[in-house]
Amino acid sequence: MKIVIVDYKAGNVQSVLFALERLGAHATVTSNTEEIQSADKVIFPGVGEASSAMRALKVNNLDLLLPTLTQPFLGVCLGMQLLCQHSEEGDTEMLGIIPVPVKKFDAAIKVPHMGWNNLHHLKSDLFTGIQEEEYAYFVHSFYAPVTEHTIAQSSYPEPFSAALQYKNFYAVQFHTEKSGPAGAHILQNFLNL
Amino acid sequence: MLTKRIIPCLDIKNGRTVKGVRFEDIRDAGDPVELAALYAKQGADELVFLDITATNEKRKTLVELVREVARYIDIPFTVGGGISAVEDVEVLLQNGADKVSVNSSAIHRPELITELASRFGSQCVTVAIDTKSTPEGWKVFSKAGTVDTGLWALDWAKEVVERGAGEILLTSMSNDGTKNGFALDITGEISRNVIVPVIASGGAGNEQHFLDVFEAGADAALAASIFHFQEVPLPGLKKFLAQNKIDIRC
Repeated sequence: MKIVIVDYKAGNVQSVLFALERLGAHATVTSNTEEIQSADKVIFPGVGEASSAMRALKVNNLDLLLPTLTQPFLGVCLGMQLLCQHSEEGDTEMLGIIPVPVKKFDAAIKVPHMGWNNLHHLKSDLFTGIQEEEYAYFVHSFYAPVTEHTIAQSSYPEPFSAALQYKNFYAVQFHTEKSGPAGAHILQNFLNL
Repeated sequence: MLTKRIIPCLDIKNGRTVKGVRFEDIRDAGDPVELAALYAKQGADELVFLDITATNEKRKTLVELVREVARYIDIPFTVGGGISAVEDVEVLLQNGADKVSVNSSAIHRPELITELASRFGSQCVTVAIDTKSTPEGWKVFSKAGTVDTGLWALDWAKEVVERGAGEILLTSMSNDGTKNGFALDITGEISRNVIVPVIASGGAGNEQHFLDVFEAGADAALAASIFHFQEVPLPGLKKFLAQNKIDIRC
């Protein structure tokens, strides 16, 4: 199986590589169009700020390539938000693949939402074998609301999308690579899709 | 619910774990990667590695350590100790660290916080504040607690958040090493007055101390020797907190 990690200089790439290594899987880190198109699985990590990440994607025309992909695709953290439509972070037009907005958490609560929180309302092959209320590690200040594309929820304190799916595009707000055995299980489920 | 975090801290010198009692008397507590793996397995929510190496080889050794930790450990970790430049942070994050903590360098040049936040995002910028109780109130100290910066702890905490810090690691030098409990008043006061999470550090001696500091408003609590020497085992601590109605992952 050929796994690629999209390289746009804004991801926590090494941690994802190590997480795959712990599962006995190898991935190539690349921004090359043919390499990405020919992969069986595409992983799209991301940390940082939305508008600069979008700018980085445009450097290699990745903003045009990613929406055309048809293989199982996994966006992680900012990688999830970049798949959405529009983010309140820097008033940024995102990739627009998943028709969901990205909003800022209410000013009355602490941001970033940082730490371990429960996953609930799980509904996807991505969560096969994962119990309702399992914990995952989150770090983010913006969130996608719950919509018909939500496949897992978390609450802070209001429910938000912990994971999204639209066609072949899967996306998780939490860090699978840092969420202990449960995170590893979810990553393995993605590789099994 | 978002849970309160328990964070073992590993002080690192030349690639080994050490812990100074009141930052002076240092004892060896083992191999960092092995210890980190044990803590992750026991339910640690995060780890902090604080590098106190003072040699020229420092940066290279630290990067190697970060890489090894990231290779084997599947929970988040923060790296601190002598970080003063954007380039230092870049190489640590590239090798698998999730967050960095800055302390004296941020006091010396507060713009560093903003530079790091805009380059890497606030979520990976923890500002460590060492504070001591003085007759006038809680003040910020630098250089391992030896230099009075003249800053008030609460004012400095507000300023670092304004400049882009995503988290505060608040160590009470008055409590550190005493095992008499965390500094509840200043921890609670800062936690109530900033929008970012606050990690309480310094003074943990038993399970009740963790309960007290979470009830005082801390979002996370950090300790070192009581974990290294198994005086307060992690699984029992988390169970105790859960039984006392603290939202905790166990």
